Amino acid sequence: MKLTFPAFAGRIAFSALAALIGAIFALPLIWFIFAPFNARAELGVTIPDPWTLSNFMTVFQNNFAMQALWNSLIQSIGGVILVGAAATLAAYALSRSSIPGKGAVTYILLLFSSVVSGSAAMVPIFLIVSAMGLIDSHLAVILTFAGGLLPTAMFILRDFIDSIPKSYEESAMVAGASPVQAFFDVALPVIRPGIVVVVVWAFVNIWGSFLIPFILLRSDKLMPASVAIYSFYSEAGTPTVTLLAAYSLIYSLPVIILYLFVSWKFGFRFFGGIKA
Amino acid sequence: MTAEPTTPEPKPARRFALLSNRAGAVFLTPAGILVALFVIIPFFWVIFVSFTNRTLLGRTALNPEFVGLANYFALFDPSNFFQRGQFGFSLILTTQFVLASALIGQALLGLLLAWLIQTVPPWIKRLTETFVIAAWILPEVVIGFAWFAFLDRDQGTLNAILGSVGLPKGDFLLQQPFWVIVVFNTWRGAAFSMMLFNSAFSSIPPSYFQAADVAGASSWQKFKDIALPLIRGHVVTDLILITMWTFNTFTPFLLTNGGPSYRTELLSIYNYRVAFRDFEFGKGAAVGVIIMLINLAFALIYLTIGRKKRA
Repeated sequence: MKLTFPAFAGRIAFSALAALIGAIFALPLIWFIFAPFNARAELGVTIPDPWTLSNFMTVFQNNFAMQALWNSLIQSIGGVILVGAAATLAAYALSRSSIPGKGAVTYILLLFSSVVSGSAAMVPIFLIVSAMGLIDSHLAVILTFAGGLLPTAMFILRDFIDSIPKSYEESAMVAGASPVQAFFDVALPVIRPGIVVVVVWAFVNIWGSFLIPFILLRSDKLMPASVAIYSFYSEAGTPTVTLLAAYSLIYSLPVIILYLFVSWKFGFRFFGGIKA
Repeated sequence: MTAEPTTPEPKPARRFALLSNRAGAVFLTPAGILVALFVIIPFFWVIFVSFTNRTLLGRTALNPEFVGLANYFALFDPSNFFQRGQFGFSLILTTQFVLASALIGQALLGLLLAWLIQTVPPWIKRLTETFVIAAWILPEVVIGFAWFAFLDRDQGTLNAILGSVGLPKGDFLLQQPFWVIVVFNTWRGAAFSMMLFNSAFSSIPPSYFQAADVAGASSWQKFKDIALPLIRGHVVTDLILITMWTFNTFTPFLLTNGGPSYRTELLSIYNYRVAFRDFEFGKGAAVGVIIMLINLAFALIYLTIGRKKRA
């Protein structure tokens, strides 16, 4: 199609504006792209000369920093397994059984989960965790995240399972499978893509989160990276920038990789508009 | 469709459930316990604690007394309601923050971006999307540091740019902390609106726009007269969701700590300070109850609209 001149000019203007906004969005991140590879990293943006991996060596030799990444991994994986397993079972039950009031259950859960937000529920969650004697433990963080993320996870998965025809499991049961067999051998493989989405979503949420571990944990050796990163400040309160920049990049990598994985595998479609 | 001859009995289509009620209940148990413990009980417990003088430390930590509405009266004390560092100040600040950064910032910028990337060359679309989405998916502490470096008075990128075009440099975190967190939150969250509106725009049949092209409509006319009316539902969804998230966000704490002198102390940060720095759990719980009531109002609106759409 041949463009008229105004349409052509309009398209150039649109492109320029889109590129400009993109550039403005990029600005705060430029530091984060260059500083990890700069031996004399400062808060200012300088192109590294020469490029170096020495900052990463510093991070790898810092036991506390590595321990914190390990803690993040324990808490995220623990939370993800719990959310994935519990949400799959529950969503399957909500979709496939005829328990009375299951529509209301989903509705109320969704209502509660959007009302009981992280910061407003801090006090009672702290009290519950402390009543369970779990303050300052990995389990406290894992359970709290699992409980908080479950309603949304169940909602996403229930939608997903509802969209799958029942005939798969029906034919399995006609062939003599028990409901449990039909679930594990027939339904589970079919709903796996839905579970992957929920698991990735939960992982990104837990991995990046600051407030819950910040409140529930006390000792240094349990801190996840999101909280431990604040100890890379010197006594004077100025950040040790070299360490911080490289650490930020390492800490962000799982999220970036998962994002790329999801957009490659599923196309970064809109999953019901759900985040946090 | 042929009838299944091997089926032992005619399929009772309505009553037949794959999972018996008992198995269903077992399947629901793990999630039920976790949600009850960390979502349902906290909701009621926070109401209960808000009527006590419970503290984190000291005598009232173990034996809190019932104080009725005292915490609420303290929050709504007219003599200091609007003072910095008080509840009323945080409430008003949060309202302004939501209006400026979510309703105006994120929604409008998201809408603009979504409209722009419909027509621009793919590489510009992809590049722009990449940075907008990166701002959204990277962990909040990393984003906090990136902005800290970006805004640094002496070396920060922003001041370097301002200086190079001859504009005065500034210590924005000290001078304009409120506008810093507004811009920050707009930047951080615009991706959601962009993606929501983008998928809304792409669901409009292209023939509508082609017809408008033939009639010689401008891009603005197409936006105003075709696209906008068709995505009205998405706009409402977007506004409610980003309002709720912005209202509850704690992330600006990572950039400003609520300061300087309480000027960026949003309700969530105020709640944290009262409960975990001043150790006044009762008062913190009262703030939590108010936040939850406001959340409830938004959630009810959202779910009511969502239900109507489904029906």
